Amino acid sequence: MTSTAPRGRQPGRVRWWTYLLLCAATAACLFPLYWMFIVATTDTATATKMPPEIVPGGNFFHLVGLVLETVPFVQSLLNSLVVATAIGVGQAVLCALAGFAFAKLRFRGRNALFVIVVLTMTVPTQLSVIPQYMIMSELGWVDTLQALIVPGLASAFGIFWMRQHISATISDELMQAARIDGASTGQVFWRIAFPIVRPAAFVLGLFGFVTAWNDFLWPFIVLKSPERYTAQIAIKALQNSYDVDLGLAMSGSFLATIPLVVLFVLVGRRMVAGILEGAFKG
Amino acid sequence: MSTVTATLTPAPSAALPPPAEPKARGLGERLAPYAYVAPFFVIFGVFGLFPFAFTFYVALFDWNPIGDQVFIGADNFTRMFADPRFWNAAGNTVSIWALSTVPQLLLALVLAHVLNHARLRFALFFRMSVLVPYITSVAATAIVFAQLFDRDYGLLNWLLGLVGIEPIDFVQSTWGSHLLIATMVTWRWFGYTTLLYLASLQAVPRSVFEAAAIDGAGPWQRFRHITVPSLRPVIIFTVVTSTIGGLQIFTEPLLIASGAPLTCGAVRQCQTLTLFLYEQGFGQFEFGYGSAIGVALFAMVVVIAAINYVLSTRIKADR
Repeated sequence: MTSTAPRGRQPGRVRWWTYLLLCAATAACLFPLYWMFIVATTDTATATKMPPEIVPGGNFFHLVGLVLETVPFVQSLLNSLVVATAIGVGQAVLCALAGFAFAKLRFRGRNALFVIVVLTMTVPTQLSVIPQYMIMSELGWVDTLQALIVPGLASAFGIFWMRQHISATISDELMQAARIDGASTGQVFWRIAFPIVRPAAFVLGLFGFVTAWNDFLWPFIVLKSPERYTAQIAIKALQNSYDVDLGLAMSGSFLATIPLVVLFVLVGRRMVAGILEGAFKG
Repeated sequence: MSTVTATLTPAPSAALPPPAEPKARGLGERLAPYAYVAPFFVIFGVFGLFPFAFTFYVALFDWNPIGDQVFIGADNFTRMFADPRFWNAAGNTVSIWALSTVPQLLLALVLAHVLNHARLRFALFFRMSVLVPYITSVAATAIVFAQLFDRDYGLLNWLLGLVGIEPIDFVQSTWGSHLLIATMVTWRWFGYTTLLYLASLQAVPRSVFEAAAIDGAGPWQRFRHITVPSLRPVIIFTVVTSTIGGLQIFTEPLLIASGAPLTCGAVRQCQTLTLFLYEQGFGQFEFGYGSAIGVALFAMVVVIAAINYVLSTRIKADR
């Protein structure tokens, strides 16, 4: 995925307008985040001044204090961290296990079950939030974090993705050799298969983490008490007091975005590589 | 490098025939594969498939979560078709979806084309930059864009004012709020779509582009006759997925109209079907009517996705 890859590239000189276009796209992508930071650091009077300020003000810590007074925001960030980490790690492990079974194990009904997995990708479950809520209500899970975590662990796409990677990277000879040495199925998975496909599982987990961190509709329905809010729901709660201070909701948004920006700086290359490998399609 | 289209079909090397296993295996060993795939089926069955099927059932009832459940047949649907709020929400949903999908996919096509250039410098930087909106949450995005588009204090109206245009009340007007929401959706997804297209473009043999260049094809002709036709499968894929996702828009309209969030403003100017579903289900506690809206939304997603599928398969494959 470096610019020296020989296949599929257009020949010729890069024209100046190409860079102009790309710089404009980059600016459009980054500007709203920069603006979020600007408003998150100024007071209302400055934020509503025309022409607008385009340098950060010194009001950030005052606003953060106000955010923490209005909602338990640190708790919200922790809740988001717990939910997103559980979903990311859980998806990576569960999908690797199922992908391993579909790629390398022989069992009755394997092909039929795999077809069902693929078909489930076409079911738009978001539309059935009312029965989902009723189930959570029956289970007594309303206003709990497991109501967010457990449904997020099932990923048909993740199984598909892990199966493809396991098929491509683990040879049948390797499997047989381990078998002859007396390894059980579980040992083959944990000692041989999983270490080999860990990079693919990591990328899958990353996308699971990002999606879970940014989810809104389902937490908005299920969570009731402020100490259970995820960061996104806390932003919504801050917005209810929007009239109090223009920068308040913005500071909350900024706080909730920082962890992901840090994560992206650390692992963004691998996310881009994952998409370019044909990983994430929706 | 595998492409997006390749992932849509089962992996060719999917262990056919399956690896030989030792004959004598204990019960535990024979059940192990089922144990590995069971979590998915249990979780999806309980929290995905069952609620989905149950929606169709609840839609036939007058269903109050803390009161009675009375079977009323198709009454929820007759009521819905006579409800101007439903048609308003359906119209808003389609309008916002169209406004956000078309520019998003066109922009992604152009950007993927230029990012695919052999001698592009800072390629990784540009690729990572366009993915930043994707990692930013919808909630944060909505707050920022509502502020940028604000009637009195928004940066955009200030800029428009510099060239003599009167401030536009984006949030309170119908087309303005649709435009605002569509801008957010486009902003969030165009980079991601660009990378999907780029992934697919990199599978095109470089000789195709070179041969075209030698034959005198300029950038526009290469774009028109090589890039677009060779992206056909992934274009179809993104058109269908953005239909499914785009028709379920919820958070953006909820958060831009802070005064009356469930209706997205005083005259429901940007209330989408998912918001209407939420309002009826969790605002009015009409689970039956809310489920009927869910069924209608599902039907709409299927129909529009099918139409789009047919239309996008007609991209000409002329090289």
